[in-house]
Amino acid sequence: MTKTLGKDLLGLEPLSTEQIRLILDTAEPFKEVSERQIKKVPALRGMTIVNLFFEASTRTRISFEFAEKRLSADTVNVGSSGSSVQKGETLVDTARNLEAMRINMVVIRHSASGAAHFLADRIQSNVINAGDGTHEHPTQGLLDLLTLRDHFGTLERRRVCIVGDVLHSRVARSNIWGLTKMGAEVAVCGPRSLLPKDIAEFGVIVFKRIEEAIEWAEALNILRLQLERMQGGYIPSLREYNRVFGVTRERLDRAGRPVLIMHPGPMNRGVEIDSDVADGEHSVILDQVTNGVAVRMAVLYLLAGGRPELADAAKGASER
Amino acid sequence: MPPKNSVVLDARAVDRALKRMADEIVELHNGTDDLIIVGIQRRGVQLAARIADAIREREKVDVPRGALDITLYRDDLQTVGPRPVVGPTDLPWNLEGRHVVIIDDVLYTGRTVRAALDELADFGRPARIALAVLVDRGGRELPIHADIVGKKIEVASTDRVDVLVEELDGKDAVVVVPRDEGA
Repeated sequence: MTKTLGKDLLGLEPLSTEQIRLILDTAEPFKEVSERQIKKVPALRGMTIVNLFFEASTRTRISFEFAEKRLSADTVNVGSSGSSVQKGETLVDTARNLEAMRINMVVIRHSASGAAHFLADRIQSNVINAGDGTHEHPTQGLLDLLTLRDHFGTLERRRVCIVGDVLHSRVARSNIWGLTKMGAEVAVCGPRSLLPKDIAEFGVIVFKRIEEAIEWAEALNILRLQLERMQGGYIPSLREYNRVFGVTRERLDRAGRPVLIMHPGPMNRGVEIDSDVADGEHSVILDQVTNGVAVRMAVLYLLAGGRPELADAAKGASER
Repeated sequence: MPPKNSVVLDARAVDRALKRMADEIVELHNGTDDLIIVGIQRRGVQLAARIADAIREREKVDVPRGALDITLYRDDLQTVGPRPVVGPTDLPWNLEGRHVVIIDDVLYTGRTVRAALDELADFGRPARIALAVLVDRGGRELPIHADIVGKKIEVASTDRVDVLVEELDGKDAVVVVPRDEGA
């Protein structure tokens, strides 16, 4: 089985267990780079990376940008507002124009599922999916895996429950693929209206009540409840959602043992998660953010090699 | 039949070479003041530990030690592809004004040392940087030389020189591995 990544990172579904482990293992030493006084190594010097964010994002965009800069790549940020996208230019035309300026990589966030795939098939640059519609958000999935592995030592047979709006969540999909491939036990919990109809096919446990989920889980990954879901008629009200599915201190206390708390952000405090849980002693929410930079550095580094088929051969080389 | 490996240094010879290198390091720096020993990942790290032990035995001083992974400072990512980043860089010392000794197992093209010098520069400005290697096999591609050498050998450019250390390989030795014709 191949241990390299290939040209693009589009999702965790197409990756093998070995490839995911390679990324997580590579992320490990990159953590230390961000702790240095000079937070920069020359690994990607001379490479040009375009961050193409067609959808609002703060955390992911900044995290990618830090990762790129700490590897010494040159970066350009393109958003949809104020660019020719607003004038009706298609995604492919935008990308081809960028490629004509001799770039090496594109990091893309887009509201359409499959946008990253579409692009990857049409340009020669490496493409990294930074979230496409409700499909996948692979680097978020990877940083969640890394955070869990940091905490538990291994992912094997660890019980992780994803809580909330699984239906619309690319984070949930990437987590489910990644966790199951790494041997974790995965559950989901949320209102029936916000779980995919075919959820059983993902091979996950489904909890109808948050109390049962907490009873079972060693870690909860609490998804952001997108406030527009209320208008969509998926839930009656935010208060009602918090009353039934909110992760509160009282509910966690009843478990009688620590449950690790994760959240991809941005949080709606008092809706899907209470403040004292988000800031509590078992919360690793900020560790997730720290790990995000390391994981993205690892992905950039592994994809930047250009000729990954040679990487394994190089391992045995005696060059010094 | 594959060609035979030949042992250049056995465990006792490795031990003698490292002890002599430790003495030479102390001599070169007129003592151990301001000295920091930095091993290059991987096997340079174990060799650096042995040298520090030898200095402690002789001089009764604990010389600070660090580790350097130079993978991210290599100049061949685009041509060779990504290599596994093998171990952490661990340099918890202020290098300002210190005397740094880089320890590596084999000196060959000099490219690893070039990368190590670049990386050290990102951590501070030592008063002096010296290079000590267990084996110098020649074949330099850069103007770099070692200040202290355990053993100088001449081998064909197709041969591989492996340094084995007990911590990772179960025994100490330096072995020349001829390239298998079939490989």
